[in-house]
Amino acid sequence: MTINRREFIKANAIAAAAAVAGVSVPAVASNLITSSDITKLKWDKAACRFCGTGCSVNVGVMDGKVVATHGDIKSPVNKGLNCVKGYFLSKIMYGKDRLTTPLLRMTNGKYDKEGEFTPISWDQAFNVMAEKANDALKKDGPEAIGMFGSGQWTVQEGYAASKLMKAGFRTNNIDPNARHCMASAVGGFMRTFGIDEPMGCYDDLEAADAFVLWGSNMAEMHPILWTRLTDRRLSAPHVKVAVLSTFEHRSFDLADNGMIFTPQTDLAILNYIAHYIIKTDRVNKDFVNKHTNFRMGETDIGYGLRPEHPLEQKAKNNGKTKGSSTPINFDEYAKFVSTYTVEYTSKLSGVPEHKLEALAEMYADPKVKVTSFWTMGFNQHTRGVWANNLVYNIHLLTGKISTPGNSPFSLTGQPSACGTAREVGTFSHRLPADMVVANPKHRAIAEKIWDLPEGTIPPKPGYHAVLQNRMLKDGKLNFYWVQCNNNMQAAANINEEVYPGYRNPKNFIVVSDPYPTVTAQAADLILPTAMWVEKEGVYGNAERRTQSWYQMVEAPTGAKSDMWQLVEFSKRFKVEDVWPEELIAKKPDVRGKTLFDVLYKDSSVGKFSLDEIPEDRLNDESRHFGFYIQKGLFEEYATFGRGHAHDLAPYDRYHKERGLRWPVVDGKETKWRFKEGSDPYVKPGSGWDFYGKKDGRAIIFALPYEPAAESPDEEYDLWLSTGRVLEHWHSGSMTQRVPELYKAMPDALVYMHPDDAKSRNMRRGDLVKLISRRGEVQTRVETRGRNKPPKGLVYMPWFDASRLVNKVTLDATDPLSKETDYKKCAIKIEKV
Amino acid sequence: MKKLNLAVITSLLVLAVSPVMYSLSANATDKETVNSVATLRDATPIDVQKEPNRIPQVVNKDIKKARNYPMQPPVIPHTIRSYEVNKNNNKCMSCHSRHRTEKSQAPMVSVTHYMDRDGNFLAEMSPRRYFCNQCHVTQLDAEPLVENTFTDMHSLMNDKSKAKKH
Repeated sequence: MTINRREFIKANAIAAAAAVAGVSVPAVASNLITSSDITKLKWDKAACRFCGTGCSVNVGVMDGKVVATHGDIKSPVNKGLNCVKGYFLSKIMYGKDRLTTPLLRMTNGKYDKEGEFTPISWDQAFNVMAEKANDALKKDGPEAIGMFGSGQWTVQEGYAASKLMKAGFRTNNIDPNARHCMASAVGGFMRTFGIDEPMGCYDDLEAADAFVLWGSNMAEMHPILWTRLTDRRLSAPHVKVAVLSTFEHRSFDLADNGMIFTPQTDLAILNYIAHYIIKTDRVNKDFVNKHTNFRMGETDIGYGLRPEHPLEQKAKNNGKTKGSSTPINFDEYAKFVSTYTVEYTSKLSGVPEHKLEALAEMYADPKVKVTSFWTMGFNQHTRGVWANNLVYNIHLLTGKISTPGNSPFSLTGQPSACGTAREVGTFSHRLPADMVVANPKHRAIAEKIWDLPEGTIPPKPGYHAVLQNRMLKDGKLNFYWVQCNNNMQAAANINEEVYPGYRNPKNFIVVSDPYPTVTAQAADLILPTAMWVEKEGVYGNAERRTQSWYQMVEAPTGAKSDMWQLVEFSKRFKVEDVWPEELIAKKPDVRGKTLFDVLYKDSSVGKFSLDEIPEDRLNDESRHFGFYIQKGLFEEYATFGRGHAHDLAPYDRYHKERGLRWPVVDGKETKWRFKEGSDPYVKPGSGWDFYGKKDGRAIIFALPYEPAAESPDEEYDLWLSTGRVLEHWHSGSMTQRVPELYKAMPDALVYMHPDDAKSRNMRRGDLVKLISRRGEVQTRVETRGRNKPPKGLVYMPWFDASRLVNKVTLDATDPLSKETDYKKCAIKIEKV
Repeated sequence: MKKLNLAVITSLLVLAVSPVMYSLSANATDKETVNSVATLRDATPIDVQKEPNRIPQVVNKDIKKARNYPMQPPVIPHTIRSYEVNKNNNKCMSCHSRHRTEKSQAPMVSVTHYMDRDGNFLAEMSPRRYFCNQCHVTQLDAEPLVENTFTDMHSLMNDKSKAKKH
């Protein structure tokens, strides 16, 4: 029966009218209230809590509650728009199951790893934490302590955590969940340019003639950037959009050239484009001669699995040399990429030759300004750093870089992946402003700024995200604190490599979260946490834009911010508890002091008084600690980057601006780095200056296609790709608690090609098991949803706490970036 | 019983790859560790899979839902299956654009949809608003797992207004 919408409405008119009439409207509600003292909302700006786009939102508060949010009209990022998640920010803090008291696993009033979660006081919580941390320290030293943080931490929280771990407890076992998200992008930037983060900015979206999406479904994952791209494509008809992915998704709706490639063959396509540019004589020789070097990278570098894994046994160069390279010249490079002919690449990737040629021509044509975007398709890749290097090759060969519209642009997943994880350097190998713990000069700079004795910061990089889970399982990491992320849902290979470590009787696991997540469920102690505008903070988005917000509402009684938790915990340790005598002897005045005194109160963090906080502003943390702690942490952190191409403006200015893009020099933000005229750090007369490298030259890398860690075979006959959806972010821990977002996308389904379903005797809605060599997960089949995989590949999002697809995924990582490949593993599907 | 079977299967699968894992996994399952906090998992242990519910239907009643606040994009009260919205076609606008609403009696997209990035009004819907489903979503007939205690500003104002009168 077909019925059009008008007929449908007519037929239902009576029912609908009755239903509406049935809604009881209280008498008072029907009177319009106009009195301004009652209707007035207090509006304030904040950065959105979700993705790396970094939209600014206006938050409306009434009687201590957030009652409305909308896109900030003054923000250059989103100009009044939000995506569906952003529009529902108002509701993320109000899930009924907000945690309001610390919960410890106990039996008969005592901590017991197998006990029931029991409410305890904050004081008791810190007591047991201090006891467990001290036990671990005494038994195995600082390496037995670790922390897993987040690109959702505010800049100040990440900085406070990093200082506590690296200087206080003297362990580098701190890593952010951003490791899962853009560590390969960092690796790519450092390797090609010697300095992290995009050279361009979102203004490229209005200037480009062509866009290429490499493993980025912007339509769902960066919706506001997608609206800007759509605006450009549809209002300037000459603009073209190319979309590459291993399955068809919403971004293909705007594609002029949509390409589905076999997983992992993006490496070959990238090399083919370089070959095409050379073959058709469109290399920008002047640019290449002046501003680049060529190098041949090490190959056969393994898959970041445990050393005993057969793939690691087989790999020739997975040791210390895996990131090394040797200089070559242009001809050698040209010869290297010449094997990537259109015929070979088309056969390998499954992309028709004419589509590959159209893509390559877009990059090669000197008149076309090209912006390339990528996210997890490149980054969550066992050759993720290579993929990043290879796309820079293309932009460098053509000189299409650092000018409006010419932009290789790495997007980020989390709201402060750039600000907190990368710029603050909360990674196990990093310090602020792109410095690393392994470099003695860098450690010395940090120790000087922190006013701590030489030798405080340990030189050995700590355990990265994946290694932390392995070390928990192996019983080498025994006191572990997880803040602001949900790694029991997010990490790969939960059955073998995540869950066992959390439940290992040797370990004590603390999880801080506003809500009881899957990770909290696996913890020994859960700390109730304040979130978003319940605290003051700063986020840094994907275009280097630093944005701040004030605390606007009180957190639920009992919930405390991550920063409050970290800093308050530091009061439990005297320097003598954690530092060896010879270190204390170098700075005897720290003797008897607590880590709180040394790291925060008596350092430059503590020098801003409460008077600087506007009187009408909430600031629970500062008023608790007795100084303007957010400003102190920010200003101390900013000293790392000022004068070193990472300049931040004075803290107070961020409260007045809709963010500023660093480096902020002489009060002015920087839109395009490395280009004379727009970046004050560029040497005059140079044109372009890639000053991250000593000779000012970026590197073009010769790197090959190498196969994935695991590919389908006869038994496990399908590729599995995982990822996100538009409606949910951050594992769904907030968005699944917003009824409208939940009802828009309640469950993670497995998206399949109809023929793949048919050949397995499956139909839409059937209950199935996804089975890998590591575990299995059940869900329902979707054959007509928004994602349309090709035959041989299925897609399942990971936002659903009740269907943990990461029980199935493989914990293979890029050996250079240590980022997991969540996009490729082999599975089979069976009906339940 | 079903729970136990699944757990055993999982353990066995894992056993094939990693013998060390077996004891840990079995240990956790046997003792049925406490999971009362796992709201979104319906208190299911991490190493157990609860049977996924059926795919819910899209709510297709064409009855408007109240907005939580004036700026909230309205949810779509009808199915949009096979609605094409791509660079050649926008099916939604065949009812919701200004000149089609008289025929369709569908609500017109708000005036903001005719504004460009700088707030100027255009003659046609702004291309920055082109993909409707970035903000507007259908609702499935699924019961939320967790109640949300968000307060409508209207109820706050009513309380204050009442208090004032008394």
